[in-house]
Amino acid sequence: MLHGMARALTGSPGSRMALRVQALTAWLWLAAVGAVLGPSPTVAADAIQLKPVAQGIYVYTGPHTDASGSNLGAVGNIAIVVGEQSVALIDSGGSLEFGLQLRAALEEITDLPVSHVINTHMHPDHLLGNGAFAGPTVEFVGHRRLGAALAARAEFYLEAGARNVGPKFAGTKAIGPTREVADSIHINLGGRILRVTAHATAHTDNDLTVYDRRTRTLFAGDLVFVERLPVVDGSLKGWLAVMDELRAVPAVRVVPGHGPASVRWPSALHAQERYLQAVLRDVRIEIAAGGTIENAIGWVASEERTKWVRFAEDHPRNVTASFTELEWE
Amino acid sequence: MRVAVATFLLAMAVGIPAWGATEDESRWHDLRESLFGDRQIHEESGVVSLAAPYRAHDAALVPITFEAAFPQTSERYVKTITLIVDENPLPMAGQFHFTEASGWAAISTRIRVNAYTHVRAVAETNDGELHMATRYVKASGGCSAPAGKDPEAALASLGKMKLRRSDPVLWGKPNSAQLLVSHPNHTGMQMDQVTRHYVLAYFVDSIEVRYGDQPVLAVESNFSLSENPAVRFHYVPDGPGELSVRVTDSDGAMFARAWSVPASVAKAPVGEEAAPVNPVQ
Repeated sequence: MLHGMARALTGSPGSRMALRVQALTAWLWLAAVGAVLGPSPTVAADAIQLKPVAQGIYVYTGPHTDASGSNLGAVGNIAIVVGEQSVALIDSGGSLEFGLQLRAALEEITDLPVSHVINTHMHPDHLLGNGAFAGPTVEFVGHRRLGAALAARAEFYLEAGARNVGPKFAGTKAIGPTREVADSIHINLGGRILRVTAHATAHTDNDLTVYDRRTRTLFAGDLVFVERLPVVDGSLKGWLAVMDELRAVPAVRVVPGHGPASVRWPSALHAQERYLQAVLRDVRIEIAAGGTIENAIGWVASEERTKWVRFAEDHPRNVTASFTELEWE
Repeated sequence: MRVAVATFLLAMAVGIPAWGATEDESRWHDLRESLFGDRQIHEESGVVSLAAPYRAHDAALVPITFEAAFPQTSERYVKTITLIVDENPLPMAGQFHFTEASGWAAISTRIRVNAYTHVRAVAETNDGELHMATRYVKASGGCSAPAGKDPEAALASLGKMKLRRSDPVLWGKPNSAQLLVSHPNHTGMQMDQVTRHYVLAYFVDSIEVRYGDQPVLAVESNFSLSENPAVRFHYVPDGPGELSVRVTDSDGAMFARAWSVPASVAKAPVGEEAAPVNPVQ
């Protein structure tokens, strides 16, 4: 107990101060470069590619890597939906710096103001850019359980972010929802109405999806992974059940939380369902045989190994999480 | 609770080590003296074995197995195994007491590991000898990692228990069983950012297992066990009877449950369909 407190009280403020100093140094250096090269409104704004996937919808595609200084913690996908009066952002990236660059890129596309930042769940790669959009007219929309889930993890996420992203993480804060969704709500962007739906525990206990009826586009957050191995941080069985509900959404495309900017719906679900069902099936076999977590990690769903990015890194924890869930059946 | 308080004071007495990886033996030197005084401890003497992953996938849930490495008889058996995680805030993770009705002093469980550390199983035989097995585990942050994937579900199932046991029953021989207890086992090192308070430590502090009126296993522990404590143990059933479990936690709550061995089959009253046998919860 003391151990943790001592770390929290003496470790973090010192390192945050160090970050601030480094950030200032970086800013001075960039200011100097700017003076030589001419005006440059934002740092490397052109590094953020926003790909149009349907009328008024643009997507940033996160890389399938760990959070780092080069990706500014933004390893998940982010979408921008432009209405006639305002803009909604669906997720915000992994740091304040990324959020600021995203904002600059967004302003290249439209002059309309951002009215809503919708966070699909608590994970840092989807939420820690919120600070760049904070203002009196912006609503932060999240699942009713997002606030509590984020509160319990914010310190952990901010420490990990500072460690992984480095000096460019300076100033990042965990900003929770100002509008909580218990069931579903509609958001009017002017001529464009988004339906925001809160789900039961699946990828996490606070997953939201967004549906744009005009273009029949589903923004699934991390309820849909493509290419990158799905991560179970909620409930395996819950996730499979929510996928069954999602399949009924009459979308033609999905913007997954990880994977390409746009994938056909509902076939985008196939690989993920195959993997999660394989984990469910095999972990149940291991439990029925009186087996152990260690043994399960060695063989469960091993035929999926070559079909995903980051299988070696994330699969053992999925098996562990699934085992401790399914052993209560 | 006594163990928890004693080990907490001990943690304070021996000092808090520098954050980060260490293979420093000095902490163990102090722990050893506090827990066992000047008693001789035989190391890697083949009496107790310990299995733990060298590198853990999840620091909040590290599977670990320790067991007596010789056949247990009434003349010579292991009566207590103390599990020590040198670098945890409460280094004494638990004490496991066995009897003749245990049949075999053998435990598998899951623990939190807060920093790279030696993990030790110190077995005391009935003649008072101490034997130790040690493994090094690379994991960190297991005590301060955010709690629970679904706190609402956890609250709803608090105190629920599930027993899995080997089947068929081997009468008069050691049979294996696994007890699961639904409990958050909060460490007190998990921060709530809104209140800026640490979530209070709240954990299972004792587990007692009996077969009939025979004690089989007594565990004194703390939040070093992972969320939803899981303990695999052995018991010797001399004939049909009941395995009963009594669990207490650090808030003074008590949870109790019993299971028939072999599982009782619901007998259908004449003229009615047999009721389905409820799976063990």
